[in-house]
Amino acid sequence: MKDFATLLDRLSFTPQRNGKIRLLAEHFRNAPDPNRGYALAALTGTLELAAAKPAQVRALVESRVDPQLFAWSYDYVGDLAETVALIWPERPGAKRPPDLPDVVERLRLASRREAPAILETWLDGLDATGRWALLKLITGALRVGVSARLAKTALAELGAPDLAAIEEVWHGLAPPYEALFAWLEGRAARPEVDHRSAFRPLMLAQPLEAAELPSLDPAAYRAEWKWDGIRVQLVAGGETPRLFSRSGDDIGRAFPDVLEAMRFDAVLDGELLVLRDGAVAPFNDLQQRLNRKTVTPKLLRAQPAHVRLYDILFEAGEDLRALPFDERRARLEAWHAREAPARSDLSPLVPFEDWDALAALRAGLREQGIEGLMLKRADSAYEAGRPKGPWFKWKRDALILDTVLMYAQRGHGKRSSYYSDYTFGVWRDADEGGVELVPVGKAYFGFTDEEMRRLDKWIRDNTVERFGPVRAVKPGLVLEVAFDALHRSKRHKSGLAMRFPRVSRIRWDKPANEADWLAAAEALLEG
Amino acid sequence: MPRALVTHGHADHARPGNGAVLATPETLAIMQARYGEAAWREQQALAYGDRLEVGGVSVGLAPAGHVLGSAQAVLEWRGCRVVVSGDYKRRPDPTCAGFEVVPCDLFITEATFGLPVFRHPDDGAEIAKLLASLATYPERAHLVGAYSLGKAQRILALIRQAGYDKPIYLHGALQALTRLYEGFGLDFGALLPATGAAKAELAGEIVLAPPSSLTDRWSRRLGEPVTAMASGWMRVRARVRQRGAELPLVISDHADWDELTRTIAEVEAPEVWVTHGNEDALVHHATQQGIAARALALVGRGEEEQEQDGRASGAEA
Repeated sequence: MKDFATLLDRLSFTPQRNGKIRLLAEHFRNAPDPNRGYALAALTGTLELAAAKPAQVRALVESRVDPQLFAWSYDYVGDLAETVALIWPERPGAKRPPDLPDVVERLRLASRREAPAILETWLDGLDATGRWALLKLITGALRVGVSARLAKTALAELGAPDLAAIEEVWHGLAPPYEALFAWLEGRAARPEVDHRSAFRPLMLAQPLEAAELPSLDPAAYRAEWKWDGIRVQLVAGGETPRLFSRSGDDIGRAFPDVLEAMRFDAVLDGELLVLRDGAVAPFNDLQQRLNRKTVTPKLLRAQPAHVRLYDILFEAGEDLRALPFDERRARLEAWHAREAPARSDLSPLVPFEDWDALAALRAGLREQGIEGLMLKRADSAYEAGRPKGPWFKWKRDALILDTVLMYAQRGHGKRSSYYSDYTFGVWRDADEGGVELVPVGKAYFGFTDEEMRRLDKWIRDNTVERFGPVRAVKPGLVLEVAFDALHRSKRHKSGLAMRFPRVSRIRWDKPANEADWLAAAEALLEG
Repeated sequence: MPRALVTHGHADHARPGNGAVLATPETLAIMQARYGEAAWREQQALAYGDRLEVGGVSVGLAPAGHVLGSAQAVLEWRGCRVVVSGDYKRRPDPTCAGFEVVPCDLFITEATFGLPVFRHPDDGAEIAKLLASLATYPERAHLVGAYSLGKAQRILALIRQAGYDKPIYLHGALQALTRLYEGFGLDFGALLPATGAAKAELAGEIVLAPPSSLTDRWSRRLGEPVTAMASGWMRVRARVRQRGAELPLVISDHADWDELTRTIAEVEAPEVWVTHGNEDALVHHATQQGIAARALALVGRGEEEQEQDGRASGAEA
């Protein structure tokens, strides 16, 4: 448990991706089996434990610590697991600290009623970091900034050709992944997995530069709408159907309605959307369904999920990936007409004569749920990764607002001495008369290092207030911000939130009072 | 103040512009180094264990274990003894004399870490974390934020105790006080100035700097350092993130909760006044032990704390 706790502790304070990969790879290399396999499972979310509820943990600590002192401490620390970990009265040598396999194996068999008593013994044996890691593990949220993909990327450093090679076998394996480590360390052959439950790395598109359009032959390409949802892979035919995100995370648990409809034997590529009365709902609605361990019937009714299909990779065990796009499309259409699975339809092909006609179509795009166009070569095989040439994405032009810089926050890693995260706002009439700025978004890219240095200096020279790592600045700098869409949200005081905001230009020349007003922003709302 | 008894040299305890100052010889040297002419009009040194009569009160100074020269004030009048702890800690520190328990009738204690979530771990284990990180990231400078009086020198001594013998680089703001410590007989091994050193020279080296330099423009000269911060506040994660520290080192020159409660028991004072930190919890605890305890609000404190970004900033903890 000690090594695992140290790993979590270091990860939680390491902002850089490469630093995290280094820590993870070091752990996977040095920790023994099955400890490292359970650590991998905890980080990739494949560990199923009888979790203790926060209320049980709280009751436990209040039986050992003066409740008033606990209350003051919790107030100060702000996080239950952390407060309990820190305040737990230590009795050194009282109990042997458990190791990670002990914890996983015992909790697997324990009921929720038994959990607190077991937990109490362990808390007595561990140090503060160990207690924190244990409580994070059993209350179900590690929150150390490591995605399953990042953990697997670090794992690949042990000896896989690449991440894709791990993804191919991953979903056929289970914790503590001893066969996987044995393969990575060259001690055993690649594990055999059931291909009816495995994720296949997706084929991705290059962004299209308008200048390269004339060099492409319109007759060689097919066009599709680019839907504004989440790219997914549907894998069914094995024991249980699976729904994977683009990065190979199993997101099925949050979408039981989609899984329920997957009673077929195929691997499909599509876009996950919320569809209401046949119309695509705003991305925001889909977001409410994401990252949930369980979904309520109410949410299922309010935000019904749907998959709009782009491609077919396997049909009844037959690998179609080497076929040209046109042939796969014909197989997809025939398959869908025959199987007619619920909660799905086909993303239609968009007919066009030449590039001018397609450009005109794109320019007129304001329909809800469409981000732009996809161009796919008619003869393209389905290749993993982002090959250059066969597929392009051609997003509609970004929306633009002139905003005023309001707050700046220091960045991380290389940027930790620079104010490089910016919150910006637009004007509106204040309730008390006069005008005020209300925040509409936050961005931390879209500028060069040189511009960042100049922004950093401007912020230091124009600070009016400081709150920890954040500075409020006087309204004096206009940032032209580009974004893909705007929707209603409670995140910002303006009631608006941007999708993919980035700084497109720094308007050193423009007076702040000429920046946009809230009404101008609201005119860009969709739906 | 026309007359000041100064417990130790930290800026929130030893201010310039006093009339007469009474303190240990080490504390007087520190004040002189920091304030020069402005330190006082007249000064008087009182070594640990010596006594002095001031207006019928017998005054003595006992080691507080906080930083070099730090003292508790021991005041006796007609058989009644009052001890003012100043800032203190109980665990061993190679750079200063250890805390001495002085039984008394009234004990006035600090309470910087007066919540039971504050339990400082073994300082050797914290230094081991720093050395382990150097092994993980041998190409990155390790920038350690440490308050310039006391903490920085203790970290230097602890790193040497752990067997690390390469030169250690110092931010300019730490040099004068470190030399002063050396003048009192402490040996920190080879020290080099960080200012002026080339980026490549600092790769994989330990650099000590005041906490404010961690995210300041000064740190840009180090490329992409691992930022460590040595402070008792690093026990709490939100504080670590606020500091932007990647490697928190929980090393404090103040008593933690267990040391505070143990000290209150050991001085056997029937009455305890609590100040300088989180008073409520310690008063609550002492009251439950049958001790008459109350919080003591010090005049003028709050203001200065805010200016310093709060004691919360860990500036000298």
